Amino acid sequence: MEIPYSVKPRPDTGLYNAKVGIWLFLASEVMLFGALFCSYILLRVNAPDGMWPHHWLNIWLGMTNTIVLIFSSVTVVLSWASLKMGQFKRYKLYQGVTILCALTFLCIKSYEYHDKFIHYEVILTDGRIADGHIEKGQTTADTVALLGWWPKDEAALMDPPMGHPVEKIEIPRKQIKTMENYGPWHNTYTAIYFVLTGLHALHVLAGAIVIFAIWGPLAKVWEQDPERYINRVEVSGLFWHFVDLVWIFLFPVLYLL
Amino acid sequence: MSHSTQSATVPHPAGHSTEEIRRDMRRYLIIGVALMIGTGMTVWASLIDFGSREINIVAALIIASAKGFLVAGFFMHLISEKKMIYAVLACTGFFFLALMYLTLLSMAHGSVIQIR
Repeated sequence: MEIPYSVKPRPDTGLYNAKVGIWLFLASEVMLFGALFCSYILLRVNAPDGMWPHHWLNIWLGMTNTIVLIFSSVTVVLSWASLKMGQFKRYKLYQGVTILCALTFLCIKSYEYHDKFIHYEVILTDGRIADGHIEKGQTTADTVALLGWWPKDEAALMDPPMGHPVEKIEIPRKQIKTMENYGPWHNTYTAIYFVLTGLHALHVLAGAIVIFAIWGPLAKVWEQDPERYINRVEVSGLFWHFVDLVWIFLFPVLYLL
Repeated sequence: MSHSTQSATVPHPAGHSTEEIRRDMRRYLIIGVALMIGTGMTVWASLIDFGSREINIVAALIIASAKGFLVAGFFMHLISEKKMIYAVLACTGFFFLALMYLTLLSMAHGSVIQIR
């Protein structure tokens, strides 16, 4: 027995099944990200005075990623419109660009994550703080080499002055009290940053896989049942726009404020 | 891939002619440009010293909300969607606002309500 309204819209609602399904799914996604945004608000508001980090992320990389996602949203909606006009080659071109944008976004995000994992805060036994990127080639069993600076205290570390001097720092391991990179375990800011952006990046990856599958292996559906194919592109596009929408809020919240 | 046909019979949705779709495509491009300008404005507004971080936060959220409206309204076609979708979103909006209210409530009962 054929499932009704899998392609044609139901007369009373004007919607086909998958469209109702994706909107219900997106509703659950709003609550998921909403809960995490609430966590962010609570962590930030309850942080001790002067202990919420600012300018820890590269604004220009975040802005580039925002533009990449916006551009991909445009290509997604143009690909769908191209299909509605029967222009399959144009659809392939636009969605190909979308997939490239998704990969670009993930590459930039990976670079940012890597940057945080090689960035260390070192507290010395005499109470001084060194902060910078580890120089793995020059770090030995006896000394740790950083390319960084000496914040005067934890508060200075929370909001590093723009253009502070960067120098090569060599610290004997005997003088190190604690040493920790800027991974999710570093503080509540990095924890919520990695959770929010990591979950978002997983959505980008999932969306890219679905768009690629429809674009490549499942493209034969276009010849067999074009309306079904357009519906699939529309539904995957709705998911992609939602991913873009989430990033539009994540960017200022995490990178700028 | 050999599926490069341009001739598949595609039914246009009711009331959507090829010319209307072309007009929509131009609109999508304009909105894309507006979103990119909005991104630049967000960064610019964050770099201005308004004298209070709260103003920066409000400015950034207003710009982000405007961008969100463009994406949801035009790219996701929410400005001309079916009633059932609006009903789903109304329920979502209700529970999302309830979540935010609970967050604000917990802050009001705590010792710290100042944004840092």
